[in-house]
Amino acid sequence: MLTDSQLALKSLRYRRKIIEVIKHVGAGHTGGDLSCTDILNVLYNRILRVSPATFSDPKRDRYVQSKGHCAEALFTVLADCGFFPESDLLTMCQYQSHYVGHPTRHISGVEQNTGGLGHGLPLCVGMAIAGKLDNANYRVFTLLGDGELAEGSNWEAAMCAAHYKLSSLTAIVDCNTLQISGRTGDVMNSEPLAEKFSAFGWAVRTVNGHDFADLTAALQEPLASDKPSVVIAQTIKGKGVSFMEDVAKWHHGVPTDEEYKTALAEFDMAISIQGGATQ
Amino acid sequence: MSAPAPSMYSDAAKQTAAQLGLKMGRANLDAFADTLLALAQADRNVLAVTSDSRGSGKLAPYSKALPNQIIEVGIAEQNLVGVAAGLASCGKTVFAVSPACFLTARSLEQIKNDVAYSDNPVTLVGISAGVSYGALGSTHHSLHDLAVLRAINNLTVVAPADNFEAREAVKAAAAAKKPVYLRFGKASLYDLPATEPLTFGKARVLHEGTDLAFIATGETVIHALLAAAYLEQTANRRCRVISMPTIKPLDTNAILSAAQDCDAIITVEEHMVNGGLGEAVAGVLAQSGIPVHFKIVGIPDEYTVTGSQADIFRHYGISMEGLAATARALLP
Repeated sequence: MLTDSQLALKSLRYRRKIIEVIKHVGAGHTGGDLSCTDILNVLYNRILRVSPATFSDPKRDRYVQSKGHCAEALFTVLADCGFFPESDLLTMCQYQSHYVGHPTRHISGVEQNTGGLGHGLPLCVGMAIAGKLDNANYRVFTLLGDGELAEGSNWEAAMCAAHYKLSSLTAIVDCNTLQISGRTGDVMNSEPLAEKFSAFGWAVRTVNGHDFADLTAALQEPLASDKPSVVIAQTIKGKGVSFMEDVAKWHHGVPTDEEYKTALAEFDMAISIQGGATQ
Repeated sequence: MSAPAPSMYSDAAKQTAAQLGLKMGRANLDAFADTLLALAQADRNVLAVTSDSRGSGKLAPYSKALPNQIIEVGIAEQNLVGVAAGLASCGKTVFAVSPACFLTARSLEQIKNDVAYSDNPVTLVGISAGVSYGALGSTHHSLHDLAVLRAINNLTVVAPADNFEAREAVKAAAAAKKPVYLRFGKASLYDLPATEPLTFGKARVLHEGTDLAFIATGETVIHALLAAAYLEQTANRRCRVISMPTIKPLDTNAILSAAQDCDAIITVEEHMVNGGLGEAVAGVLAQSGIPVHFKIVGIPDEYTVTGSQADIFRHYGISMEGLAATARALLP
C-alpha cells in the first residue's frame, strides 16, 4: 500500500493535472475537483477493489460519482490507475470526444452516467441490494456534494438504504461548504448533516477530507454491520491553489494565463517540498 | 355507494364485437402480472421494484409467491427508478412498476439519465395509464407520457392493445436487455383478432381496407376495430385497422403503406394530442410528401372533462360511434 507521503505526492500531481486539463480544454468545475481529489486518491489507491483488469468483474467494488460535475478529478485519477491513457484527458469536451464534461460509461472505469445531482445514491442503493441478493461481498461507494444534498432524491434513497440495512454502501460527502451561488449554509442549509444521516438510520463519521489516514480509517471497513455508512469529509473547495481556496467563484472557472502560471508554480513548489520531481 | 361505472361500449358496439366474434378478456395489468410471475419463477434474476404499488400493479400474488424477488421502495418514485437502474446495472432483469402518471413525470430525470442515458436495461411499467383513473382527475392521468418518452434517446415505448400484446410485450421487454417503457390500463379489454406476432417496432394490421386507415395504439385499438366494422356495415367503407403498440421506434413503413393505399388516416390514442402517436405519424406523413386526409383523435389540450375512463373516451370521440363519425367527416 502506498504511504501517506506517497499519496500526498499523488494528490499534488493530480491537482496539477486537473488545472492543466481545465486550462487546456477551457472549462471545468475547478473548486470541487480540488476539494474531492484526496478522497478519490484514497478510494482508488487504497480502498476500491477495482482495476482496468477487473472492471467487468461482477464482484468488483463500485464507485458512482454522484457529484458528476467534478469529472476532471475523476478522469485524472482513472487515467493514473491505467483505465485509459493520460493523453485522453486533453480531449475532454472537444468535438466528438467521449470525454464529456460529466462522467459517462463510454469511458473505461466509469460505472454510471452522472451529472444531474441526486442520482448517485439511488443507483448505489440498487447496486447494494443486488449484492445482497447475490450474496456478493462487493462494496458500493458514492461521492455527494453538500450542496447536492438539497435534492430530495438523496433522502428517499437514504431512507431506503437504512430500511434494507445496506452495510455494503458507503456515501462520502465532499463537504466543502460552498456551492455555485455561495455558502451552502446561506443558499440552503443542509446542516446538521451528521444528525440528519444518523436520524435516517446511518452510521456516521466526520473526517478531515484532506487527511489520508483519517479518510482511510473511515473508509477501509463499513462503519457498522447493519447500517449504511456515511463519511462526512470536511474539505476546502479549491484546495491547493492559494487564490482558489474557499472562494465560491471557483466553482467553475478557467484560470487566466497569469493565474495558471501561479497555480502551477504553487504545485511545483509543493511537489518539490514533498520530494517529488517537478514536471 | 358510487354509481356503477358506465360501460366503455354502447349496446351497438357490444353487438358489433359479438358479430366479429370478439371475447372479453382481462385487464392488461392482469396479463402483465401473470406473465411477470411466470418469467420470475423461471429466473431468479427477474425482479419487480414497486413504490407502494404492488396492489395497483396486481402484484399481490407475485409478492406472495416470490417475496425475495420484489423490492419495495415506498412512495418514492425517483428512488424507484434509480434503484431499478442500479439493480439492472448488476445484471438483474428489472421491472419498475408504478402508476404511469407518477413514474413518467416525477421520475422523468431518472428515466432519462439513469435508465436511458446510462443504458441500464430497466423495463418501466406505467400502470393505470392514460385516463384509467377516470374521475380521480388530472393528477392521476398520464396524458403526457408518450410525448415525453418519445423525446428520450435509447428508450423503446410500447402501449399494448390487448392481453396478447401485453403478454408478448412483457416477454419481449425481459429479453430486450434494453430500456423499455410499457403502458398498461386497468380496464378489461376485448381480445383482438390474432393476426401476427408482436415485435417491437412493428405495427400489426388487424383488418384490411383501402378507404381509410385507423392507426391506433393501446386501449383505443378496439374502438378503431369496431368503428371499421360499423363503417363497413353502415357506409360500405373498407377501413384498415393498424395496431401500433410501439410508439418508438415507429413503424414508418406501415404508415407509408397506409398513406399510399388509403384516402385518409385517423390516428387514435389515449393521450394528449400534443406529441403522441398522432403527431409522430403526422411527422412521417408530412416528410413523405404523400397527400392524404389526416385527423388526430386523442385528448385535446384542455382541462380534461370529469368522468370515468368510459365517459372521457366517449366525450372525446374515442368510441365506435365517435370514430365512425370522424371517419365520415374526413372521407372525401
